[in-house]
Amino acid sequence: MTHDLVVQFLAQGAQMTFVLLIAPLAVGVVRRVKARLMRRQGPPLLQAYLDLAKLLRKESVIAESASWLFRSAPYLIFALTWVAAALVPSFASGLMFNWAADVVALVALLGAARALLALAGMDVGTSFGGIGSSREMMIATLAEPAMMLIVVTLAIAAGTTRLAGVADFFIAEPFGVRVSLALSLISLVIVALAENARIPVDNPTTHLELTMVHEAMVLEYSGRHLALIEAASHLKLVLYLSLLICLFAPFGMAPATAGLSGWAIGLAAWIAKLLAGAVLLGVWEVSIAKMRVFRLPDFVGVAFVFGFIAILLAFLTRGVFA
Amino acid sequence: MSQAYEISHLLAGVMLVTSFALLYQERVAAVLNAFAAQSITLALAVAWSAWSDNRPDLFITALIALTLKGIVIPVALHRTVARLGIHREVEKVVGVGVALMVGLALTGLAQALVLKVAAGMASHAREELALALAIILLGFLMMIVRRNAVTQVVGFMSMENGLILAATGARGMPLVVEVSVAFSVLISLFVFAVFVFRIRERFDTVDLEALDRMRGDRR
Amino acid sequence: MPGLYVSGVALGALAIGAAMASLVRGPALAFVYPLSALAAVVLGVVDLQVLLSGSEAAIRLPIGLPTIGFHLRLDTLSAFFGIVINGGVVAASLYGMGFDRAKELTPRVEPLFPLFAAAMNLVLIADDAYAFLFSWELMSLASWALVVARHTDPECRRAAHLYLVMAAIGTVALLFAFGGLAGPAGGYAFDTVRAHRPQPMVAALVLTAALVGCGSKGGLIPLHAWLPLAHPAAPSHVSALMSGVMTKVAIYGFVRIAFDLLGPPDWWWALPPIVLGAMTAVLGLLYAVLDRDLKRVLAYSTIENIGVIFVALGLALAFSANAQHEAAAVAMAAALLHVLNHSWFKSLLFLGAGAILHATGRRDLDGLGGLIRRMPRTAAFFLVGALAISALPPLNGFVSEWLLFQAVIAAPALPQAALHFASPAIGAMLALAAALAAACFVRVYGTAFLGRPRSAEAAGAHDVPLAQQAAMGGLAFLCILGGLMGSVLAAALAPVLHKLVGGALPGPGSGPTPFSLIAFDPARSIYDAPVIALFVAIASLTTLIVVHRLSERRTRRGPAWDCGFPDPSPATQYTASSFAQPLRRVYGAAAFAARETVVMPPPGDIRPARFSVVVVDHLWRVFYAAPGQAVLGLSECLNVLQFLTIRRYLVLMFVTLVILLSIAAVTT
Repeated sequence: MTHDLVVQFLAQGAQMTFVLLIAPLAVGVVRRVKARLMRRQGPPLLQAYLDLAKLLRKESVIAESASWLFRSAPYLIFALTWVAAALVPSFASGLMFNWAADVVALVALLGAARALLALAGMDVGTSFGGIGSSREMMIATLAEPAMMLIVVTLAIAAGTTRLAGVADFFIAEPFGVRVSLALSLISLVIVALAENARIPVDNPTTHLELTMVHEAMVLEYSGRHLALIEAASHLKLVLYLSLLICLFAPFGMAPATAGLSGWAIGLAAWIAKLLAGAVLLGVWEVSIAKMRVFRLPDFVGVAFVFGFIAILLAFLTRGVFA
Repeated sequence: MSQAYEISHLLAGVMLVTSFALLYQERVAAVLNAFAAQSITLALAVAWSAWSDNRPDLFITALIALTLKGIVIPVALHRTVARLGIHREVEKVVGVGVALMVGLALTGLAQALVLKVAAGMASHAREELALALAIILLGFLMMIVRRNAVTQVVGFMSMENGLILAATGARGMPLVVEVSVAFSVLISLFVFAVFVFRIRERFDTVDLEALDRMRGDRR
Repeated sequence: MPGLYVSGVALGALAIGAAMASLVRGPALAFVYPLSALAAVVLGVVDLQVLLSGSEAAIRLPIGLPTIGFHLRLDTLSAFFGIVINGGVVAASLYGMGFDRAKELTPRVEPLFPLFAAAMNLVLIADDAYAFLFSWELMSLASWALVVARHTDPECRRAAHLYLVMAAIGTVALLFAFGGLAGPAGGYAFDTVRAHRPQPMVAALVLTAALVGCGSKGGLIPLHAWLPLAHPAAPSHVSALMSGVMTKVAIYGFVRIAFDLLGPPDWWWALPPIVLGAMTAVLGLLYAVLDRDLKRVLAYSTIENIGVIFVALGLALAFSANAQHEAAAVAMAAALLHVLNHSWFKSLLFLGAGAILHATGRRDLDGLGGLIRRMPRTAAFFLVGALAISALPPLNGFVSEWLLFQAVIAAPALPQAALHFASPAIGAMLALAAALAAACFVRVYGTAFLGRPRSAEAAGAHDVPLAQQAAMGGLAFLCILGGLMGSVLAAALAPVLHKLVGGALPGPGSGPTPFSLIAFDPARSIYDAPVIALFVAIASLTTLIVVHRLSERRTRRGPAWDCGFPDPSPATQYTASSFAQPLRRVYGAAAFAARETVVMPPPGDIRPARFSVVVVDHLWRVFYAAPGQAVLGLSECLNVLQFLTIRRYLVLMFVTLVILLSIAAVTT
């Protein structure tokens, strides 16, 4: 029993380390794919790691009007995102602490990180920070109802809101092409784009003042604080990719009872799927333009409508699910 | 259940999604493309049930849907739009958001109704019927909340797509009926075309008046 | 039984305190708040003892109406709400001790404060319709008098007037509800009411009347209009009591009638509270997000929380009508925990607003800013409250929100088509409300406490006296503790849940750790706040240590970067209004017909450009302005009757008499 517990604990620790280590790589892949599709050489794959290292070495410049909230927020944002990312089952479904939070709690953890970031954006008292914060919170109000609908669909299908439970259900239950799940997938992809500040919701590479959302909030950060915030946003990308993988492509994931060999296969499958997801994101981002902020309700509204249709269809097919 | 069921359900679901896409689009050209997509999906759905249920007569229905509504009518409408120089933006009575919300409510209504009325039917046929009814209602909604004549034609034909889907689900509809339905659609297209031309004339006069007034202001 | 006597003594102490305070003047008034706090502590301890031991007590006093008497009963449900109320009273009294009475208060407040507290406690232990309505009215009037304490302010007078009208309507509705419950035999004691089940039609009427009566006190849309005016008009610690606690008495009234007195529920009873509650939740926050007055924002957010609680109660009704006791317990636990949690963080926020008012003399958000430096402790406590009310883990607001979402997710399993088709819409509206709450409180905190001061008053602010800090600190501590120990609170609720819906949450032993909060069963949904909090704490500490080891630790203070556009004027900051702009454009156009107009003078003209926003409150127009106009018009018409000759008056009376007689002749 104690031996088992130790192994589980180590596995959980391993997952926390893996997500942390692989996150900048995923971002590097996205950037690289985008650059190559635009016929540019692009930064090296490991550039994101180098950027973080560089930022950690720089001194931190803090605005005179900043308070303690501004300085402590990056640590909390990073920790909240990291814990949330580690709670998504990645290579195995039965890890130590996957049960501690279900999808609802996971979304709320990210919500806490977002609220702190928005507060930090307001803290210095500049106009850009305010723009970023207010738009970020507006986008959240669009994305969260859609996310709730996705959760309801999954709960109707799998009968649980625990991520590991849903993944186990889809591994065990060979399911065909189900419209409601396909619609939920599209819906979740849109939510993920909105939450991660990707094109067409926000442009992660822009520094054009009036078009930015996420970048505007973190405008005043520098040095180690900026490094933490950047790392948190990398982690968030990996979190959402893992979530999509865990819910809609869980094949290869090691079940709760698997041993080390099962975990190794699961890990390989997870990394492969993660990188594939990053490539797809890169392709998507070069093939579409950023939207005006007030066109966003229409875009994220698609996620809402699809989520709703998915639930209605799930009601119809409930005879099949049960 | 079987794979046959899975795929027909998938295609019907995709048709419902294209119905929502019709309501969502802001441009006439995109509406026409969405309609073409819906018709092609319909053709696939009908062909699939022809193959899986072993009813070769349905292949003809599928072929009619594909050529007439998937290709000929959208192309004709695209050309009409281009030739007449109608506004390329969809003219809306209510906004996209409201239309989509009403659409969701109508879909729910269709399902609640079918679940209640057709309680005795096999679940497969029941689902198909619910989706078909939803598509019909959404087509109707499209005709009400979009002002442009072209979009009204599209709404009407989207309703008709729903009818054909329902007819495919309910077995034993003779081919003659389908051919006549297809023919009536063609007729209605002509009727609508005439309407479109007449409306264009009205639009033109309206447009000219507006221009005159503007010139009057300038002077 | 001894519990009830002790409670009686404490209530008596409150009443005596009120009477004394109305007679004496001067420094003796300083004893009112300590006395109230002491009495509330005694009452709360008794309630806690009753809740944990499950021992009920009842008594019949020979006062009141001759045949009915005055029944009192302290059961677990009353005890739970008693804990909620007395917790709020203790905090408010503690805060009251810190007031500089000469400057900030009038002697009108002190006599009414203990009376108000006593009346709320009395509502909970009333065990017949007469006692209930008597204490309900006492509560309404005491709070009304507190609202009108600053009667020189015309805003206050208007708020008080509207409150009085709405309170009267509410009480009349409750009168009807109890009339229907009592039945033709007229059994007004709750025991007799419980014994017989009313006809379906009567039950529908009682439910509607209860919804109107309790909903108007709680601020259910469309009966909400008085609340955002009246709650902010009172002194801040009274606002905290009214918003944090008195609205819970309204919830108590609805729970008592719908779950206890009315008998086994029908499924359709669930629909009105769910639909109204969901609308209230979303609209309440949209109002809050657009408002610029700090205390009014808080009052609107109270409306939202009441809506959330009503949704949970409606779901509990639906589940228990279908004998799904587990799910009903989840929904009911969500409702009751939200009652408790909201009383804590809303009281905390109102006390914080009072502290700001005390320090700066301003309530308008656009005149504040930068208070986190001038009032560090208040800022920290307010931050806890703001994050808790935004339903963010690991604070207490999220515990009840989580349970509520679990109940919503279970709702598609209900057999009735209306309910399971409504469930995704309800879920989406609740998620929207949660996200709007986060936006709303980021806006409030960001404009009031963060940034740079926007006025001289904000720049010269100072933190409040120690007693007031203690009141806020205690509540903030409870918010954190309630967030971590949500499962313990839920387990303590088990007797109440069994009594109301015949089920309870799985006990603390059935999860992976003793503090896992479990909905349905551990395989389905778990939320383990302590584990998550521990992980976040470990992760942030590790990060802190590692980053400080690895990184360059030099830190320099410099001017804000702001994309190379450093402007020394704080006027360039985002204000509360500008923060609300994206939300107003996305939601306001549909909900309030919000329109923006920009008047830009042509080049060469030196007039300033003007930007104005028009917001139309449809609810006020339809539900208040229109009926008001109708009543006014009708009275204009009837005005004629005032100027008749005596002969004509006699004709009127005679005609009325004849009509009544003929009705009697026809019907009998």
